[in-house]
Amino acid sequence: MDACPHYPIRLHINGEERAFAVESWVTLLDLLRERAGLTGTKKGCDHGQCGACTVLLDGRRINACLTLAVMQNGHAVTTIEGLADGDRLHPLQQAFIDHDAFQCGYCTPGQICSAAGLAAEGQAKTFDDVRELMSGNLCRCGAYPQIARAVCAVQGIAVPGTESA
Amino acid sequence: MNPFAYTQPQDIGSALVALAAPGARPVAGGTNLLDLMKAGVMAPSGLVDINALAGAGLDAIAEDGAGLSLGALARNADTAYHPLVRERYPLLSAAILAGASPQLRNMATNGGNLLQRTRCVYFYDTGAPCNKRDPGTGCPAKAGINRQLAILGTSERCIATHPSDMCVALRALDATVHVRAANGARAIPFADFHRLPGDTPDVDNTLEPGELVTHITLPDGRRFARHSAYVKVRDRLSYAFALVSVAAALDLAEDGTIRAARIALGGVAHKPWRVEDAEERLVGHRAGELAFAAAADRILHGARGRGQNDFKIPLAHNAIVQALTNAMRGGAR
Repeated sequence: MDACPHYPIRLHINGEERAFAVESWVTLLDLLRERAGLTGTKKGCDHGQCGACTVLLDGRRINACLTLAVMQNGHAVTTIEGLADGDRLHPLQQAFIDHDAFQCGYCTPGQICSAAGLAAEGQAKTFDDVRELMSGNLCRCGAYPQIARAVCAVQGIAVPGTESA
Repeated sequence: MNPFAYTQPQDIGSALVALAAPGARPVAGGTNLLDLMKAGVMAPSGLVDINALAGAGLDAIAEDGAGLSLGALARNADTAYHPLVRERYPLLSAAILAGASPQLRNMATNGGNLLQRTRCVYFYDTGAPCNKRDPGTGCPAKAGINRQLAILGTSERCIATHPSDMCVALRALDATVHVRAANGARAIPFADFHRLPGDTPDVDNTLEPGELVTHITLPDGRRFARHSAYVKVRDRLSYAFALVSVAAALDLAEDGTIRAARIALGGVAHKPWRVEDAEERLVGHRAGELAFAAAADRILHGARGRGQNDFKIPLAHNAIVQALTNAMRGGAR
């Protein structure tokens, strides 16, 4: 008997269907980085506390470190690599550049995927809402003010103390 | 993570058979269980992925008479933002949204929220003794790092807290937990679902082996919908566990007389803490700081700190008064 069975799974990653055979304990994060070759998604804490591994699962933002790849068989995953349209950056990617919303950049893929999830959820109406609903993504460089402004710019939300959204 | 077998049953009957196996654990959102497995705190021999049971209605949120039924597999985010929850139980919506992060709320399920385990640092540290993780080894928290830990209902074996926000509101709102096993179903009043540590702190709740939470029901809560509030005090503004939290709901007459009150606390005990006697004594009194402070005194009767968490007693007192004041003014909505 095989002590470590491999489970065959299929995932739609960034629009492409891909097949894997994984041990039960492989997280979605480890699969993306080590088996799918998509290292844009970052491993920060690996405990769901930092948000660096945020991806979109069937369009909803989740922590890829806290779900097993085998549990997501048949589901669709969008990572930072899947947001741009060819050479044209996703509006959030462009906004992060325009608003200087990163320094070291390690949290940025998770921040941008999280912001894409926030946009899809449609619950953020104010600058404070954006800050609260981006709180699952830590930034050790402390670029929070710029990150919140970048997200607000794409969402058309007014930023206090500035003349326009 | 330890090696484990993985199954994904497609119907509830098969799931219950799989869960009856020794060492089997259900997994749905996975946000707490997988973290505990990575830390080596839990090591189930088999995970039963129950997500496919959503197709059988276990993720439904639907009217239940004058109340509401919340499926065990409904995600915390979908529950908090559901129109019926927002309209009739704004307290529950506010409590859920005060917990975790948007990503975690998108994954975490209602059933899993009930089954969260404590965040006591000794429970997580497999190099330390802990009566909850490893019965009989001792409790270093009593004279150690206990700033986050319990002030009510503790035992000499354990001073852990239950970390949920959602459960505090469910306790205040008189929820019922519905469970199924291979040999039948039963309903557990929320007050009896979680337990105090006593001599067996390794047992968090009254679920029997092989039982699966299927749904949670709430009685008609509309009389509290206009006057409820969730106050959560924590070390940072967002995305942190409660030092103290309070779910408060009032049914007020036109002149401000209290017809009914509900008050439950989080972050202070091994289960959501509620003292019905304190609520009953509020009935007939005019809502206001005097009455609220008296209720806080009764709720915190017998509270005991262990050093680092002594501050939680006055903090809880103030948080109760604040939550009731917010509720009186028309808080959660």
